[in-house]
Amino acid sequence: MPKPILRINGLEKSFGALKATNGVTLDLYPGEIHALIGPNGAGKSTLIKQIVGEIRPDAGSIDFEGQPIDRLDAADRARIGLARTFQVSQIAPELSAVRNVMLAVEAREGRVFRFFRPVSRDLDLIAAAMAFLHDAGLGERAAIHAADLSHGERRQLEFAMALALKPKVFLMDEPMAGLSPDGSKRMTAFLSELRHTAPILLVEHDMEAVFALADRISVLVYGQVIATGTVADIRANPEVRTAYLGDEAA
Amino acid sequence: MSRETILNVAILAGLLAVALGAWASGEPFVVQLATRAAILGMAGVGLNLALGYGGLVSFGHAAFFGIGGYAAGILASAAQNYEPLMTWPVELPGTTSMPIIWLTAVIAAGLIALPIGALSLRTGGVHFIMITLAFAQMIYYFAISWPAYGGEDGLSIYVRNSLGTLDTMSPLTFFLIAFALLLLVLGLVLVATRSRFGLALAMARQNPLRLTSMGVRPFNVRLTAFVLSAMAVALAGALYADLNRFVSPTMLSWHLSGELIVFVILGGVGRPCGPLIGACIYVLLEQWLGGLTDYWQFPLGVILLLVVLFARGGVIGLVTGRNANA
Repeated sequence: MPKPILRINGLEKSFGALKATNGVTLDLYPGEIHALIGPNGAGKSTLIKQIVGEIRPDAGSIDFEGQPIDRLDAADRARIGLARTFQVSQIAPELSAVRNVMLAVEAREGRVFRFFRPVSRDLDLIAAAMAFLHDAGLGERAAIHAADLSHGERRQLEFAMALALKPKVFLMDEPMAGLSPDGSKRMTAFLSELRHTAPILLVEHDMEAVFALADRISVLVYGQVIATGTVADIRANPEVRTAYLGDEAA
Repeated sequence: MSRETILNVAILAGLLAVALGAWASGEPFVVQLATRAAILGMAGVGLNLALGYGGLVSFGHAAFFGIGGYAAGILASAAQNYEPLMTWPVELPGTTSMPIIWLTAVIAAGLIALPIGALSLRTGGVHFIMITLAFAQMIYYFAISWPAYGGEDGLSIYVRNSLGTLDTMSPLTFFLIAFALLLLVLGLVLVATRSRFGLALAMARQNPLRLTSMGVRPFNVRLTAFVLSAMAVALAGALYADLNRFVSPTMLSWHLSGELIVFVILGGVGRPCGPLIGACIYVLLEQWLGGLTDYWQFPLGVILLLVVLFARGGVIGLVTGRNANA
């Protein structure tokens, strides 16, 4: 087996008496979708926030491509290749869709502090952003203000921005949330392809999507990983069934 | 051309026409008023870069206006009194050359804005408003208690500073100088807000979390905007000192910080020419209503209230509708 690109070792985080992350260890290999499931309040979002550097863990470490990244802040981690999508799409509502993506392109190029050339005449930048918008299926809506996009389109815009960063890892917090059945079917197909671009650590509630997509699944309950394995392993695991899947899988 | 561009050109042409018309019909006082509007408008345009485009509600930009003013006053008074500006470590003479004064004002304000911004931007929201106010008040009281440059009484500039062979004491000439610099500042602000940096600044205001997740620290973007904004305001301050041939701590007071915010909100937050039309309305009201009553700021307050309640895009937004610059 190849080396993991992302490895999380014994991560711990408490909020007062609540242990949101209690010794979590998991890893992500190239080309895979590793789904993280668990009931509400299991600490999935807290874990993602620690991986991207938004909050600091109390103990444990995170290695990316074999190097510890614990001392890097969120912006640094984004720059070395950790791309995140949010549970609630994070976009600039007053900018058009294409401008949102253009900013992601210039951020990846490291050329943000350029003051004179108008972006509207920067044809290379526009073309690059348009390509990512097309990849995310939003090419037709490039000129629309992000605020006027539908919920599903905003999610596509987020993906276009994440793609534009050309990351080495995607960290996705519930990409299916709020999508129509049709929309989540299309998203499933999209993510299934995306794993070949970069591996995905996927936090998701939609079990149908998780079982369809995941190469491996980890189950998080009360801040602890109670099981990691393939879809079949997880479906068959009695501990998981009682703790989480309950009657859904019964 | 968008409606807003047409309106912007009309505002600028209108201001120019008022000054030229007043000069032709022998009304130097009106030229003076137009100059005042142009200079205050320039300061507003500068503040708008931080406040409108960056979402940084600075209540301390009078500090930079005053620093610009004092740069002009101190350099000019040293030159006019034939005293060196300083004798150690090198002897530096004063100057009455406008370009050198402008440059000094802009650089000094930038250097002071850097630490003020770096400390203030660690906070946000109401705290940011308060901490910028606190820094400005520190500079205000420093100016009051510093006797070398007039303290509370301020500092007079006997003759307006010079620009080449131009007769800067002529109201029209001085107006044209101020107007040209206004165009320059407006142009630079427009260019910056439409550049790559402008996109990042828009994102820093609208969604700093997303900007961070793209690998760009919102702090750096905001600090840059804050410093650039301070530099533009300082240039306006230097001109304002020359207009009145007088500098005093009033230029540094929080009232002025408030007035600058009023220009921006009245004219249109994040609209290039918004603060200019805001300043024009302010100068007009001050002149017209100020002649009728000492309490002229009361109706100004009512107008401001109406704008905030019913015209969120200010006067510009009222005329042109939604911000199309995106």
